[in-house]
Amino acid sequence: MDKIYDVAIIGGGPAGLSAGLYASRGRLDAVIIEKGRWGGQAATTEELENYPGSIEHPTGPKLTERMREQAKAFGTEFINDEVAGFDLTDKVKVIKLREGEIKAKTIIIATGAQHINLGAPGEDTFRGKGVSYCATCDADFFTELEVVVVGGGDAAVEEAIYLTKFADKVTIVHRRNEFRAAKSIVEKAMANEKIHIIWDSVVEEIYGDGIVEGVKLKNVKTGEVTDYRTDGVFIFVGTKPVSDIVKGIVDMDPKGYIITDAEMKTSVEGIFAAGDVRVTPLRQVITAAADGAIAAISAEKYIAEKFGH
Amino acid sequence: MIELNKDNFEQEVMQAEGPVIVDFWGTKCEPCKALMPEVERLAEQYKDKIKFCKLNTTENRRLAISQKVMGLPTFIVYKNGEKVKEISGADNCTPEAIENLIKENI
Repeated sequence: MDKIYDVAIIGGGPAGLSAGLYASRGRLDAVIIEKGRWGGQAATTEELENYPGSIEHPTGPKLTERMREQAKAFGTEFINDEVAGFDLTDKVKVIKLREGEIKAKTIIIATGAQHINLGAPGEDTFRGKGVSYCATCDADFFTELEVVVVGGGDAAVEEAIYLTKFADKVTIVHRRNEFRAAKSIVEKAMANEKIHIIWDSVVEEIYGDGIVEGVKLKNVKTGEVTDYRTDGVFIFVGTKPVSDIVKGIVDMDPKGYIITDAEMKTSVEGIFAAGDVRVTPLRQVITAAADGAIAAISAEKYIAEKFGH
Repeated sequence: MIELNKDNFEQEVMQAEGPVIVDFWGTKCEPCKALMPEVERLAEQYKDKIKFCKLNTTENRRLAISQKVMGLPTFIVYKNGEKVKEISGADNCTPEAIENLIKENI
């Protein structure tokens, strides 16, 4: 392929889709490469009450699908493939895909973040058998059953509320004695009769016979271990960056989040980063979208300076 | 691909001759829907070697749970009415992993 794109965006979540929209509206030739499903993590959540304008339950899948349509309407191209590597020796960068390669003047890394595992015995064994990281995917199975949600951030508390639409009882297990989640979400959870909270506790083990039957909970203050019967365990204990493909290429913090300046520039000229993959104090759809817009404008400036148009 | 439900599961999967792969999916499972074109492609490619079925768990919840499936996406290979191998979860169920699952069992 001889075409040289102005911007190649890696990742099709809110950051990548917004970068595509802004780049295409700036008359740049933009392409987004996505290895899996479009929409990123946002496409797996039903509750999106904190994105401005998204009242009356727009849902993550719907909102991200509209973001994609919007970028497409302005000319953004889409490729469903996985990035295998880069050749950054020339001014025009080469992105190697599993099938073929593409050339671009700039790259925007918008690969996002993914859930981290609990690391408890039984977690892998019962994957798809009661252990889940995606409430919208699996909530149906737990209709009239009981589930445990592990975590204390926005995702854990929001998904616990969502699960009460299906399960009879939702128990949130959190290692501290207060939630990190936004106050309005916490108030909503506290007022929900189906939600029970076990503070200062961690899941030590998940057990069952073919499917999940219960968890062993350990109180971190007293050390006491108790059995807690449950049909499902939803795990929302945090995220990690999806940045392996640019490891050793751009500067990162010890956790693997990409370091950028306020213009989304990384340590390598012509490579920008946007969204959850970057070092940032907040990882939400709105911050990802904002990062994407800034990265696209920065890419446009870089092209004007280095390529002279 | 054959659409499974409680009426034909026994005949199409448990009584089948040769290997059968079942794609357990759901109407609200975005990762499942994103995989569907790849699964259709594999179904076409391996149609002479393995029987491809899909089961909508939203409509057939009890049947899915009877197969000890409580999470999506899940792919299970059956032979002679017995589960041989399965993979589950969006990050495990990549197109390559599904193709490997097929290759290992034909």
